[in-house]
Amino acid sequence: MLDIATAYNKYTFLGNDFLTWIWFSIETQTDFSALLGSKDVISLEIGNSIVLENKLGDKSKEKITIKGDEAGLEEGTTALKKGAWVTQINLNCKINEDEYKFTIKGESYNITGLKTPKTDLKKTGDEIEGLVLEKAFFCFRVFEIMDTLFLKYLGQRIADDWNHKGLQDIKNWIGSV
Amino acid sequence: MGLISSTHSISRYHIEGKFEGSAAEEVRNHLIAYSIPKLESEFDALSAGWTPFESPYNPDFDKFSIQFGTFFAFSLRIDKKSIPVRLVQKYMAIEIEKKMEKSGREFISKNEKTEIKEMVMDLLMHKIPAVPSVYEVLWNYEEQNLYLFTTQKAANELFETLFFKSFKLKPIRLFPYTLVETKSAFSNSDKDRIFSLAPLKYTR
Repeated sequence: MLDIATAYNKYTFLGNDFLTWIWFSIETQTDFSALLGSKDVISLEIGNSIVLENKLGDKSKEKITIKGDEAGLEEGTTALKKGAWVTQINLNCKINEDEYKFTIKGESYNITGLKTPKTDLKKTGDEIEGLVLEKAFFCFRVFEIMDTLFLKYLGQRIADDWNHKGLQDIKNWIGSV
Repeated sequence: MGLISSTHSISRYHIEGKFEGSAAEEVRNHLIAYSIPKLESEFDALSAGWTPFESPYNPDFDKFSIQFGTFFAFSLRIDKKSIPVRLVQKYMAIEIEKKMEKSGREFISKNEKTEIKEMVMDLLMHKIPAVPSVYEVLWNYEEQNLYLFTTQKAANELFETLFFKSFKLKPIRLFPYTLVETKSAFSNSDKDRIFSLAPLKYTR
């Protein structure tokens, strides 16, 4: 295994490319349940923010942040056309009737602002263990889904037909919006 | 942003290695050995240690359980004293005034100012209580997964240092590269292909 700090910097792009692919998959109405091989009905939507970055020659970078519940994402797709990549995305994930909202960062894979379904259990007394386990179960479902999607994406990236199919499909989508 | 609050920020770790003896006993003993002191040190600007999940302000691991289902649950507490700059300025001004009055001079030297500042910092450090921050930890020992309920860089760094010091097991932060290395079923040749990928260019 590589030195952790070196690996973190060297493979930042893997997480960012993955988030761009997530956006593409959402916009092209991918069947996430089928992709994940899950019996649950799983859907993903872009939430209330998306952050992109673009290199502007030398070492300077341009950062494009789109925020708002009903924000149009045209600036984002325009940035993609100019060579930008997604660095952070807020997602709404629905698993059957349960809703999850969270922000995921490409380089660190950190999940922040995760809102899970409500629980009726109390924070005190005998119910604390149940509450912890239920909350943990909710959080881990999100990780499970995002990890599986990430590894599926990498599987596609190293497949022989990636350049003609996967990458071309993303380019076609970017060109069409 | 803790585990039982309404929103969560989470960083994840793969824990390298296992204990030779009983995990429950080892974890408990090491948590006790590196628990945060009950009495606050007057001199430390920063202190960090483990506390029971249910009792962040009384680190009594005899009274509270660390086992929650298949997890070990506990908290990292970081007590930090931070002295506001304006408070330092105020005490500095008072002490400089006193010094000038006592010496009968209308100025004080750079060295004297440095001495006064050190004295003021010592004085305030004694007076100001530390502010505690508590970050929950969930550890699935068998699956070598650990979840720290914060994404603050300083807390993550302190956690990594204290965890290794306490348990002698290395916490490896999960991000795209380490996720592939530690949690995927890719063959070595597939991993080689992944690690030779380059950033995508979407422009035609």
